[in-house]
Amino acid sequence: MKATLSNAFHQMKRYPSAVVGSIIILLLIFMAIYAMIAIPYGEAVRLWRGADNVWVQTPRNARPAWLNYFYQEKQPVTMRMTTEDNPDLKSIVDLGGGVATSDFLFEFDYQYDGFPSEISVFLNATFASARPNVAMKWIAPDGREIQLGELAVRTNENFSISQDTRIQRRLGGALPEKGLFADPADPNKVLKGTYQLVGEGLIFEEGSTVDATLVVYGQLHGLAGTDHRRRDITVALLWGTPVALSFGLVAAVGSSIVTMFLGAASVWFGGWVDWLIRRINEVVMILPLLPILIMVGLFYSRSIWVMLSVVILLGIFGSGILSYRSMFLQVKESGYIDAARAYGAGNGRIIVRYMIPKIIPTLIPGFVTQVPAFVFLEATLAVLGLGDPVLPTWGKLLNDAQTNGALFNGYFYWVLEPAFLLILAGLGFAMLGFALDRIFNPRLRGI
Amino acid sequence: MQNIDSMQGQSTIARQRRQSSLSRVLKYVLVRGLTLLVTVTIGVYLAILIANGGGYVDEMRKGQIREQVSLQMAGDQEMQFLTLQERRELEADQVAVRIQQLGLDRPFAVRSFEYLWSGLTLNLGSADYLLSDSGSRQVRNILGERLGPTLLLMATGQLLLFFSSLALGLFLSRRYGSLLDKFIIGMAPTSSAPAWFYGMFLILIFAAVLGWLPFGGMVAAPPPQDTLARILSIAKHMILPVTALLISSIFSGAYSRRTFFLIYSSEDYVEMAKAKGLSDREIERRYVLRPTLPTIITSFMLTIISLWTGAIVFETVFNWPGIGRLTQQAINLFDTPVIVATTVIYAYLLALTIFLLDIIYSLVDPRVKIGGGGTRS
Repeated sequence: MKATLSNAFHQMKRYPSAVVGSIIILLLIFMAIYAMIAIPYGEAVRLWRGADNVWVQTPRNARPAWLNYFYQEKQPVTMRMTTEDNPDLKSIVDLGGGVATSDFLFEFDYQYDGFPSEISVFLNATFASARPNVAMKWIAPDGREIQLGELAVRTNENFSISQDTRIQRRLGGALPEKGLFADPADPNKVLKGTYQLVGEGLIFEEGSTVDATLVVYGQLHGLAGTDHRRRDITVALLWGTPVALSFGLVAAVGSSIVTMFLGAASVWFGGWVDWLIRRINEVVMILPLLPILIMVGLFYSRSIWVMLSVVILLGIFGSGILSYRSMFLQVKESGYIDAARAYGAGNGRIIVRYMIPKIIPTLIPGFVTQVPAFVFLEATLAVLGLGDPVLPTWGKLLNDAQTNGALFNGYFYWVLEPAFLLILAGLGFAMLGFALDRIFNPRLRGI
Repeated sequence: MQNIDSMQGQSTIARQRRQSSLSRVLKYVLVRGLTLLVTVTIGVYLAILIANGGGYVDEMRKGQIREQVSLQMAGDQEMQFLTLQERRELEADQVAVRIQQLGLDRPFAVRSFEYLWSGLTLNLGSADYLLSDSGSRQVRNILGERLGPTLLLMATGQLLLFFSSLALGLFLSRRYGSLLDKFIIGMAPTSSAPAWFYGMFLILIFAAVLGWLPFGGMVAAPPPQDTLARILSIAKHMILPVTALLISSIFSGAYSRRTFFLIYSSEDYVEMAKAKGLSDREIERRYVLRPTLPTIITSFMLTIISLWTGAIVFETVFNWPGIGRLTQQAINLFDTPVIVATTVIYAYLLALTIFLLDIIYSLVDPRVKIGGGGTRS
């Protein structure tokens, strides 16, 4: 037994598809471990739920940042400047009597060919009763000054320049994120150079402060881009890995091992045991797996572990049992089984010690090739809107993309990234499984 | 004289054999049909148990009764003379009577068999939210409308898949070791992804980027009035889904067919046939294809079962107005009667496919014809 396995391991090196498959699987396992260490479970759930406005400062539907290497016209990534981390940007002059000016100046070099997707200023004030006052203006590289407006700041203020209709009117009807950056000669072109946002604050109390954060939202963001709720897709891509791998492996291993025992029992005991197992198999073959899962998801629970249990339960009596049965039928006729019976081995002993070890070499390629089916099953459920309610998974990304018309609107990255990881996981296990099948199945060798 | 006698004898024997093999095939088909019917019954019963575990079938029935009663009372002229209070009481009374009449107050074990019957006959009352295109609320009408498109798409795809993978497998086994052979072996692992997955890519390439084919749906909107134009429009909408179905299964299908053929081509009787000088085509037809067909049909059955499983997402991705899309809509609207009904319909469709394959199986498997037991191992 041990010899067969180590022998198989040596043979694997001769199959390029086995090597590639194993490398892919190892990579995914590393990615899964990294995801679980870098973003703990609770944190991943919190991030994906988007609690506490964690995503306000990331752009909506931004493409991945590395696409700039391929673009002729460079697109902006998000720029963020804040007085909270960098007090030098703030200058405070005391005017006496508790009144003070608190000005801030953000200066940045804009060298992209594309317009930003949004502009916002987040203002944060501390005060007892009198709200600080802030007036802001925009200075373009050619010296033009555009008044952005004036407001009394609350504790947490989001001054969305992009949605301010007064600024839009001042810019002659152009969208603020375009109008503020446009070349006066050609409104469709960006005027490159150094822009300034000047804020003139006035505080009316001792100890009162005003902090500002300017966010110029890019068209591109991070490794994987963002979705319609500004969430960084990287989180779901990373966390989808452990979910997909554990779902696929547990489902495949769980169902194939129990199926193997049932197949052995069916053949060894024969009679009514065999009859019963075969009838149950026939019923399960008729049961439509996905609609049953849908009913379970709708009426009971959408938790990925409940789904997994149902999948295993239905998988146990699935089509696999027939192939194990035919294999065990051959094993049962072997001479050594007669020998075992002759020395008085019990039923359990014969099944566990003599029948099952003979089959294990075929079990391994069997469940390795089954893994992709279960990985995709999880994605299928998620695409139907029955994904786990809290966990971010690859399938849920596809579902979001699908329901928000990603393909129709041209957000291809949103579909391609989870799809790439899904096909990578599928290919990895399938390639390894195909090679293992040839190694363990001598009839296939050489063909 | 003796010669003629023996010839006559032979022809009667041949006729008798034909008749008996026909009756054996019929008997086999009948037995399989009955077994499948029993299996479907048990399957639907299980589905009802699952659905009712949350008490949803009961709710569904009670809701239906309440609706019926209030509709009846609304249409009744005499009721207008009663006060609201009286009317409510009367309605509650009537609902209670109806519930008792239908036996909803009886234990579930008894009632579940009634549900089984209405499930099997798809007599599931009216949908909560969904309407059929003709405006009917009856689940049966909604399903009836959607069944056609599903059958059209899946049958086309499955038939094409069966014959093309068979032909490709034969072709590859003949050119064993060629570049194409190696290519198909290399591509076989890609069949681990389901059809809807490839569908997304096809839509991306041919609809979103190139704009050659429609994003989804079954006919152009508005549908062409001319019959020929409509058929062409449907065919155009079917190109992408059918291609997705083929891509998702043809490589592993052709690979496994090819491997089977190669294993069987090395049997002694094939060598013998070659030695006799039979043509390649003859050898393939009589000595390779014939003995492998039963096994191939069994493995094809498993492919089809997995295709049906994926049909829901497949139709959703392609916006195909079939049962799968209906299921997706029902999930989004939480339309319980429709969800239970689609589960039953899928059980029927699965059983029907298996039954059809069983008939073909009985025709190609010589063991059924000569009566040597036709059970699959």
